[in-house]
Amino acid sequence: MIEARDLRVDLCGIELAHPVLNGSGTFDAIAAHDVFGDILLERFPFSAFVSKTITPEPRPGNPPPRLWEETDGVINSIGLPNKGLGGFLEKDLPRLAALPVPLIVSVMATSAEEFAGLVQAISERSEVAAIELNVSCPNVKSGLVVGESPDECASLVSALRVLTEKPLIVKLTPGADPVPVAMAAETSGADAFSLVNTLKASPLSPAGDGHWLGAVSGGLSGPTIKDLALAQVSAVADAVGLPVIGMGGVSSGADARSFLEAGASAVAVGTENFRDPEAGSRIARELEDLG
Amino acid sequence: MPETALGDYTAPPFGRRPLQVVGSAASGAYRLVEVFDPSGVVPMAGQFYMLSAESEWPGSSGRPYLPRAFSVASVDVGADGVTLGFLVHAVGPGTQRIEEVGGGRAGSLLAVGPLGRGFAAPHEVAAGAKGAILIGGGIGVAPLALLRRNLIRLGVPSRVLLGYRDADNAGGLDLFDCSEIKLATDDGHAGHRGRVTDLLERLLAGDDRGSAVVYSCGPPAMLEAVRVMCEEAGVACQLALESPMGCGYGACFGCAVPLREGGYMRLCLDGPVVDGSTIARADAGAEVQ
Repeated sequence: MIEARDLRVDLCGIELAHPVLNGSGTFDAIAAHDVFGDILLERFPFSAFVSKTITPEPRPGNPPPRLWEETDGVINSIGLPNKGLGGFLEKDLPRLAALPVPLIVSVMATSAEEFAGLVQAISERSEVAAIELNVSCPNVKSGLVVGESPDECASLVSALRVLTEKPLIVKLTPGADPVPVAMAAETSGADAFSLVNTLKASPLSPAGDGHWLGAVSGGLSGPTIKDLALAQVSAVADAVGLPVIGMGGVSSGADARSFLEAGASAVAVGTENFRDPEAGSRIARELEDLG
Repeated sequence: MPETALGDYTAPPFGRRPLQVVGSAASGAYRLVEVFDPSGVVPMAGQFYMLSAESEWPGSSGRPYLPRAFSVASVDVGADGVTLGFLVHAVGPGTQRIEEVGGGRAGSLLAVGPLGRGFAAPHEVAAGAKGAILIGGGIGVAPLALLRRNLIRLGVPSRVLLGYRDADNAGGLDLFDCSEIKLATDDGHAGHRGRVTDLLERLLAGDDRGSAVVYSCGPPAMLEAVRVMCEEAGVACQLALESPMGCGYGACFGCAVPLREGGYMRLCLDGPVVDGSTIARADAGAEVQ
């Protein structure tokens, strides 16, 4: 039972000052530090920082346009631009390690072998508190989206479990019923779940000349998906005995409390960071004021 | 020592802050909305702010949802803060709401900024450059108005070429501290009938070619024409580009602009002012929704 005004949370053994994290890929702490200066570190908005997704090789990201403003939300097709594992370890990790909060590194690959390479390399780094598995992409061998298939997900988590003692957080996708996937991953050794990822969406160009986004489809996020996210968070929290990080349109302390009441142990703020760089700390403060 | 630079980067206050609207005036078909910033941070010409409204953002229709990027068009430094002017052309739900709040003179706009990279002085762009040619189109004249004032302060001579489609899409002329603006309009209602790049072509064929740097902001097709003309003439140019920005501080990765060397830049971090030589094309970013 959380006492009033004590927002501390234990997430898989990681002590958090409050339950508000960032969603992967929705806040670049290195860029924000360069823009705003050291005050970012003094007033860091989140109780833990989740990195952008790291892939084995560098990726440039998708061709523009990458954003579409939806009603009460955004559709993005960023395409996971990142420096690759080598560039991340050399250039980004030292800077992320200087953040005043625990670091969770998000990883994604298209095969169990590549995932293993990422997890092994990151597991060796003491700066990293936990690893989040982005399973929203297809396994190149089976063609199945790992996060939409209980068997694929169980097999991946089993293979990675033996490689690391760090907590493994499985980021679930809302494209399929996440409950069987979560139950399979729990049996295979996952430590926590985060959900929801964005929903696949393909906006059309208002000029009537086809798709708007350079990569045709992207992911829908923001308040418009909050109710769907609440339902999925509640279903997963009821079905598993592991901590759940709830996200999907969290924009206020009241939203955060809804996710905690639905069974989440912590919440992540994503799209709202775009509107307000201090959204994380504002939401934590609002949550505290709600008592 | 006289000042030789157009300003130094000063980190913006962290977070989103309300800035009170202190002025609102029609400027041709646009509106100059002025807000007061007690932080006192002085932006460089070419830098921008992410603006939104305290209420009805989003409105009942669910839009505007994301903040909108606005180049700063005027800066007035006072004893207890700075007054910032933004040129607004209401073309969508975001700009409409900004204009509505700005026109009310009682409200506040939420702001993050100043953000991004501004214009550099001619000698910083090209060794030996002593003058500037400013070429703007449509609402893109905004950052050039501030650049012009800053160049005057530095004693750098500049020529100003501005182009508009028609009278319903023209404004901001009153912001230029300059009586010798050369105008071009597509419909011929003022100045040269035709493209503003016709005027640039003439200047680049003359004496300015060897001694000036070109600064430009405007529609993508115009910027691309400027980039190509400058490249062919061997004249350095700085272009203030536009790309849909979700956040303005590097978080969303939405404002990707292709680099000449391959890959993308985030325009909010590495722009909006870029050297023409670094990009593949000036019209390869995305249209703003």
